[in-house]
Amino acid sequence: MGQISLNQVTKSFGDVQVIPPLDLDINEGEFVVFVGPSGCGKSTLLRLIAGLEDTTSGNIAIDDKDATALPPAKRGLAMVFQSYALYPHMSVRKNIAFPMKMAGIDEASQKAKIEAAASALNLTDYLDRKPGQLSGGQRQRVAIGRAIVREPAAFLFDEPLSNLDAALRVGMRLEIMELHEKLKTTMIYVTHDQVEAMTMADKIVVLQAGVIEQVGSPLELYHKPRNRFVAGFIGSPKMNLIDGPEAQKHGAATIGVRPEHLSVSKTEGLWEGTVGVAEHLGSDTFIHVHNTGLVDMMTVRITGDIEVRHGDKIYLTPDSTQIHKFDAQGLRQE
Amino acid sequence: MATKASRSAARLMMAPAVILLLGWMLVPLTMTVWFSFRTYLPLRGGDQGWTGFDNYVRFVTSSSFWPAVTTTLIILGSVLVITIVLGVLLAILLDQPMWGQGVVRILVIAPFFVMPTVSALVWKNIFMDPTNGLFSHLWRLFGAEPVSWLSDAAIPSIVMIVSWQWLPFATLILLTAIQSLDSEQLEAAEMDGASPLSRFAYITLPHLGRAITIVVLIQTIFLLAIFAEIFVTTGGAFGTRTLSYLIFQRVLESQNIGLGSAGGVYAIILANIVALFLMRIVGKNLDN
Repeated sequence: MGQISLNQVTKSFGDVQVIPPLDLDINEGEFVVFVGPSGCGKSTLLRLIAGLEDTTSGNIAIDDKDATALPPAKRGLAMVFQSYALYPHMSVRKNIAFPMKMAGIDEASQKAKIEAAASALNLTDYLDRKPGQLSGGQRQRVAIGRAIVREPAAFLFDEPLSNLDAALRVGMRLEIMELHEKLKTTMIYVTHDQVEAMTMADKIVVLQAGVIEQVGSPLELYHKPRNRFVAGFIGSPKMNLIDGPEAQKHGAATIGVRPEHLSVSKTEGLWEGTVGVAEHLGSDTFIHVHNTGLVDMMTVRITGDIEVRHGDKIYLTPDSTQIHKFDAQGLRQE
Repeated sequence: MATKASRSAARLMMAPAVILLLGWMLVPLTMTVWFSFRTYLPLRGGDQGWTGFDNYVRFVTSSSFWPAVTTTLIILGSVLVITIVLGVLLAILLDQPMWGQGVVRILVIAPFFVMPTVSALVWKNIFMDPTNGLFSHLWRLFGAEPVSWLSDAAIPSIVMIVSWQWLPFATLILLTAIQSLDSEQLEAAEMDGASPLSRFAYITLPHLGRAITIVVLIQTIFLLAIFAEIFVTTGGAFGTRTLSYLIFQRVLESQNIGLGSAGGVYAIILANIVALFLMRIVGKNLDN
């Protein structure tokens, strides 16, 4: 259970079409991440699947049954909201019990499920507290607990980690991934953070202005971005995109080289530039190179450390097997 | 407010307001307590000296005391229930996006700006008049005998008038509270399978708890003292004599300032008991 397919789905708010006709298939048990810049329609798409927004046209099918007109509760999906949306006046226990209470499940099995969810999520000691007395990470876990007990066909996550601090975010990311391994339930996860997308997804859906730019596994997107947008969006630091004569040498309108596919030398290389800011992370160093005559700023990533100062002359050489070529329309050419 | 100088400057500048408010309260209070222990009949010999607790005993043992207390509490309770129930419903209605929302909101708030005397007169003459009132026309339209509202159903009439005046206040406070409800909570409940009615019961109503508390407390303070509505409509007849109206009658109609002042002290005590009760029942809503 947990197969979702969207067929020619569109959504308009008034005269503004935020999602032009869109097709998408999500297979059973998949971890799908919708990623894109803010305002790209990824949350709207999730809400369409959840049933919190009505589609303007098109069909949504869940497990091969048409769900386009079904109310949210009948779709068998559970959602975890960005604000957690816990019920502030209810204890953790009652929060988790709420969907079961609404479904009319008897007290005994409610209790068993709450205990199971609480121990899976390390919430046993907090069951009688109110959400206001919990930390951000704990609230997040309560929201997940509330979703788990419904045993949904699929989980929907709407930027669930964006209110957490960086350290907690990494921890919760792992917990959600482990949860997916354990439950094997379909999960749809919306984020603007491409690191989350890359690390968690079985399948990434890159969206821009409501249009799906590319669907694929994280490594597919990394190695074979279908167009300039995906190339620039996936990967951190961003890919260097070079237009003009240098690109024409390769027979393309634009070439792209990832920062990690540039080698650095202080004495010789293909492109010459001056060092701007160097970000030392210990394991890696990101160097911003200016005055190459190709683009305003090029980013280079090198493993380990290198002794460079602001204003130093530096030479860069791209790995010729790792150059991405795009035509005038921004599409990938092989 | 950090430095010593700024603190004393702040005190100095607040002093006029504090002194004025204190005087405003303390002078009448002291005078009331003072007169309540004296026989003071302005038209029948003036201030005739101390009487101890005579006024207090007479006021309570008077046959009109307990009915007045009961009437006060009945009016208070009925108006609170009506304004809060209708206020919650109206607030939910006004929170829905609809055409002409701004105008409708102003119209809903309008009764609050009408002076009590005026609104009571409007109700008395335009709506409730047994021969020419709109209600009597309506009743006749259906072939029914017009009701003489202010004599046959005096307390319900007063409750209706006062509720009409205070409904906007309750609606306004509850509307702002509803607007502060996180819509994701309602959506989460919707996904959890809660029907509109259970969403209201489990999410909206608990969220409104604090606002309802505030409405109850503020309205209670003002409703214990309603006067103009009774003065203009029934003049305290047909069982509409509240405690504050009884005090008015003792002081001005019976020209007995001592007895009226004793009643005033009882009213203060009653108001405090009611306030204490309410604070106990609903005060915990104001915590955290």
